[in-house]
Amino acid sequence: MSINLIIFSGLALVMVIAALFAVTSSKIMRATTLLLFVLFGTAGLYFMLHYSFLGAVQITVYAGGIVVLLIFVVLLLGKGSVDVTQTSMRRYMAGTATALTGMVLAIYLITSTDFAGDKFTAEDVTMKELGMSLMGTEKYNYILPFEVMSVLLLACTVGAILIARKK
Amino acid sequence: MTIPAEYMLILSAVLFFIGVFGFFTRRNLVSLLICTELMLNAVDINFAVFNAYCHPDRLEGYIFSLFGIGVAAAETAVAIAIIINVYRNVHSIHIKRLKNLKH
Repeated sequence: MSINLIIFSGLALVMVIAALFAVTSSKIMRATTLLLFVLFGTAGLYFMLHYSFLGAVQITVYAGGIVVLLIFVVLLLGKGSVDVTQTSMRRYMAGTATALTGMVLAIYLITSTDFAGDKFTAEDVTMKELGMSLMGTEKYNYILPFEVMSVLLLACTVGAILIARKK
Repeated sequence: MTIPAEYMLILSAVLFFIGVFGFFTRRNLVSLLICTELMLNAVDINFAVFNAYCHPDRLEGYIFSLFGIGVAAAETAVAIAIIINVYRNVHSIHIKRLKNLKH
């Protein structure tokens, strides 16, 4: 058993358990904290794939931004954000059936498909390569989505302020 | 020795369907937002894994993951603004109370 496999198993175990408790816990503060563990585990996966920059972005944007926003709104709403009502048994069964069916189908498809190959090389993507790809104008370069993304972020900032401000 | 791609894909599938399960059973807007984050996160893992294992010389999946994370941040900001506004108007963020748009 290689060290990579041990690290991956540990990460996977933490992520799955944290995700399960995050969707079943009745306290939203706890659910948010458990979501943080899942997001950190994902960053760990990116580091295992040698995608260091993606892992760093995952930690700063997800763990540093989104989770803080969620905690902020949970604290702001106080009592209003407690999930007091019990979910009905019928809905529980429907959710379990859908999730299990989908999961079994997806796992069957993944294990029965032969992917294009395991060409995984343990090499970091350099920042130069990434920056050239993100800001270049040639084929397989992404300047246009990058600019669209910045417009989207600006629009959502303005929209969020407009929606949330007092009349 | 590297991990087979299937392990990572199975992990992300499991995470995605845990999010689906939560989406069915939770009755609170913030919880639903958390479940959405779980699903988006699983999709990002898939993009990165396919990029790393099938086309390690290119960066499509990598950059799609980056943009996915950005979109998730934008979506969360707007969703939280909407939740705060809903709470201000209805004094609850329980799904049962939000039925004015139903008919």
